[in-house]
Amino acid sequence: MDAIRTEGLSKHYSVGFWRPRPYIALDGLDLHVAQGEVFGFLGPNGAGKTTTLKLLMQLIFPTSGRAEILGRPVGDVAVRRRIGYLPENPFFYDNLTAEELLTYFASLFGYRGAERTARVSRMLDDVRIGGERRFQLRKYSKGMLQRVGLAQALLNDPDVVFLDEPMSGLDPIGRREVRDIILRLRDRGTTVFFSSHILGDAETLCSRVAIVAQGKLVASGTVSEMVPFRVRGWELIVSGLAPERVQDVAGPGAEVRQIADARYHLVLPDATSLDPAMGRLTAVGGQLLSVTPVRDTLEDFFVARVRQANDREVG
Amino acid sequence: MPATLLVAVHVFRDSIRDKVLYSIVAFAVLLMGTSFLIGQLTAGQDVKIIKDLGLAAMSLFGLFIAIFIGIGLVSREIERRSIYAMLAKPVRRYEFIIGKYVGLVGTLLVNLAIMAVAYYAVLAYMTVVLPPGAFKGGPPAMDPRLLLAMGMIAAELALVTAVALFWSTFSSSALLSAALTAGIWVAGQFGSDLRNFDQVVNSPAAVATARGLYYVLPNFAAFDIKAQVVHGLPVTAGYFAMTLLYAVAYIAMLITAAVLIFSRRDFK
Repeated sequence: MDAIRTEGLSKHYSVGFWRPRPYIALDGLDLHVAQGEVFGFLGPNGAGKTTTLKLLMQLIFPTSGRAEILGRPVGDVAVRRRIGYLPENPFFYDNLTAEELLTYFASLFGYRGAERTARVSRMLDDVRIGGERRFQLRKYSKGMLQRVGLAQALLNDPDVVFLDEPMSGLDPIGRREVRDIILRLRDRGTTVFFSSHILGDAETLCSRVAIVAQGKLVASGTVSEMVPFRVRGWELIVSGLAPERVQDVAGPGAEVRQIADARYHLVLPDATSLDPAMGRLTAVGGQLLSVTPVRDTLEDFFVARVRQANDREVG
Repeated sequence: MPATLLVAVHVFRDSIRDKVLYSIVAFAVLLMGTSFLIGQLTAGQDVKIIKDLGLAAMSLFGLFIAIFIGIGLVSREIERRSIYAMLAKPVRRYEFIIGKYVGLVGTLLVNLAIMAVAYYAVLAYMTVVLPPGAFKGGPPAMDPRLLLAMGMIAAELALVTAVALFWSTFSSSALLSAALTAGIWVAGQFGSDLRNFDQVVNSPAAVATARGLYYVLPNFAAFDIKAQVVHGLPVTAGYFAMTLLYAVAYIAMLITAAVLIFSRRDFK
């Protein structure tokens, strides 16, 4: 049984009041997400990511097609007991404290008494909401609301978690913490479905990804299927070189850029050029500060596929 | 505890922390507290003025609560998107709507009770300060029949809340919902004028439209028994019961319509 399954899922809207025009937010999405996967749902702004998540949460109804979570139709209350959802830029009740909000949501999941109190407290600890948990949510920053949003999404130990742009509004430490939470969920066997346009996160976290553009699925598969680990060249940071020797050390076809004083950034053009360059560097007494392989990234793949989809649309 | 009740308790807790609510209730209580000063301006009519003013304040400020907090039931949730996380929880949409309604009516009743206590406190004070013969020929200051008028105000406000809820399920704008609810309340005050429109104009089309509106719009004027109670005029048990029944039927209809609309609504 798939954790998430959609078949021909479409959502069309009419836009414009006086002269309504059709707008296709999502067009025939077929998606299968296995249980225990961390699945990245990627796409540029307006591609249909949030529409898909709203369809899966039954916040909107499909024009055609169908969607299932854990083998049951979306919207089934029994399914909702087993899922968690973090909306994009979440907003909650101003007058409640984080503790009260989570207590309310925990009650909706059927938790009572000491179990509920302990669960709420643990969730807030997990997302590092400390003494602020007794402040009204109106006093929270965007990043703190995002953390509360994450806590409420994980409150019921869900089997499937839907996260809409979970890194949005977070500082680097917050993003690292969210990444750690997603990895912990993966280790526990929880299915995580998250939408993002931050491709680095998808690349480090996801077992599989799908890319949508213009409401259509343009690619799906494992990250390694999309981006083979093929080294195209090398990036070096070196120091201790006289200006007239740098190009000789880098070799033919290499790009050279001075960073500061005797420090240079070299881009070597192919996979085999590293060893000869290292030999030349050592011979002239230069120092290697860092070396990084140049390879295709998910971002390159993403940009190419989205561009193709846009070109098709224009054509 | 069923989901409907959990939602209702949450609405109550959220509403009673709304500063607007405090301001409205505080102002109403203040007005009642100072009404005996206004009463002194009209020789011999002190108690009637206080009774009239107190009931009118209860009705008006209750209306503000019903509209301004009532529209927050759904419209503000949609506007601020707090509904997204909420509807992903194991709550059916009809449970959410009914819970919201019950919670706000509960808030309204508590506030009406606070105003009623303040009202009776002022009237008790009047019985102490006024000479013993002041109530001769009229109802007593602490007239228990005033509770009938308050009951009618509560029923009217419960109906206004249902109207606010109904508009909330249509509109994503809290302001528009408030305007529509206030508009319906104003139009509903002219029920008898709409029914007797043929005595004012000759156009059959206008008369038919007015008659149609009379049947469709809630007749809020029917709940106003303030004058009868204050002046000691009879209000039959039949009238009271039928008006309450009317309110219950209308509320049930509006909530059903709200649930039907809300159950199929897209939250874009």
